[in-house]
Amino acid sequence: MDIAVDRERCVGSGQCVMRMPDVFTSDDAEGLVELIDPAGAGHEAADVDDVAFSCPAQAIMVAADA
Amino acid sequence: MPEELRRVVVVGAGVAGLTAADTLRRRGWDGTISVIGAEAHRPYDRPPLSKQVLSGGWGLDRILLRSSPALAADDAHWYLGESAVRLDLDNRVVHTSRDRALPFDGLVVASGSRPRRLPFGHDFANTHLLRTWEDAVALREAFATATSVVVIGAGFLGCEVAAAACGAGLSTTLVDPLSTPMERHLGPVVGSELARVHHDRGVRLLLDRGVVAVEGEARAERVVLTDGTHVEADLVVAAVGGEPDVEWLVGSGVALHDGLVCDERLTAAPGVVAAGDVASWFNPTFGQRMRVEHRSSAQEQGVAAAATLLGRTEAYAALPYFWSEQHDVRINAYGHFARATDLEVVAGSVAERRFAAVLHAGDDGVVAGLTWNLPSGGLAVRQRILDACEVRRGVTAPAAAGW
Repeated sequence: MDIAVDRERCVGSGQCVMRMPDVFTSDDAEGLVELIDPAGAGHEAADVDDVAFSCPAQAIMVAADA
Repeated sequence: MPEELRRVVVVGAGVAGLTAADTLRRRGWDGTISVIGAEAHRPYDRPPLSKQVLSGGWGLDRILLRSSPALAADDAHWYLGESAVRLDLDNRVVHTSRDRALPFDGLVVASGSRPRRLPFGHDFANTHLLRTWEDAVALREAFATATSVVVIGAGFLGCEVAAAACGAGLSTTLVDPLSTPMERHLGPVVGSELARVHHDRGVRLLLDRGVVAVEGEARAERVVLTDGTHVEADLVVAAVGGEPDVEWLVGSGVALHDGLVCDERLTAAPGVVAAGDVASWFNPTFGQRMRVEHRSSAQEQGVAAAATLLGRTEAYAALPYFWSEQHDVRINAYGHFARATDLEVVAGSVAERRFAAVLHAGDDGVVAGLTWNLPSGGLAVRQRILDACEVRRGVTAPAAAGW
């Protein structure tokens, strides 16, 4: 997987951090999303997709492995 | 999944309707989906309209909720620029504004809301509402030529519009009958802080008074307030709340009372579910009925409503959430503010202009919370509210999880 985040869209809702704390975190300064693991190791693609799907700011993009 | 479910009609192509359609497919359901959307556009996101579209020049392409391929993958029939005009519940048919009759086994009511209008002033071309992409573009263009604006209503839409107008260099006045901005949403303590922020940026706040008239010749020229104040402006924006779009359901036999009345699974009638602004449902988290006009609720309810159609029996227990951006302040808000009374700061401080707080409902415990330029405090705030809800329910079942 190739996970990307758009900090310009992120609103710091924390949905992703809550659901996948080993993939997503938030920075201390602004509280906006940061990626820990862009590959989402150890997670099913469908679950990562679901986190992206649930983001209220549409700030997470997931590309499947080519 | 119910065997007889072969055709689903989704009324509404906003985030709730789109999410419901997506969810049906994501869960492997392969029946026929028809989506009716009153606006001509593919589904787009509304929160940026009063933020990045108004202030940042974002185009429609940046707020579309799905790419064309992703939308095509849903394999749904899209009836855009068309609205539902009548529900025939006995024969299970939705009639549309283009005289189409769409039969269904399952119906998702996600028709959203429309902006409430003032009793006056809308005959003037320079009195604006903000709900749609076109509204936002018209307002952005008006900002480019106007020098002054009166924003009527200091809820979160009005506050965001005022911030955007101020940022665009307009002389901006914000009017509201309550004592502080967003008081109904966030309570008076946070409202006072917001008032200070707007005031510091040069927004003129005229609070504790309503509007009795919008006057002018060919165009709106001034707004008259209940205390007799006349505010001159070459632009007026009415942001006085929304009304659920349920007129097409009148007489159909479903229960309408501040929206479409649903149970805790978002069911309004057998095979009929609701999602988004239109849904008045019993929220087990708080043990009471609510209707929430937030983007995140529309999304969650789209998932939950579709799941209910597919036979899921679990209740939709929610912790409502919204965010707002005004000037340099970002607010994340959680919970049920209507009952909130006392504010308790749990991180940072109001004086530092960076804090997290929970709000209590008297002795009944925490019912809501927010972060102010401190989004990282949100998880703890959220947990405090959920814990308090559990105590009130006297049970330990997880709430607001899994959606």
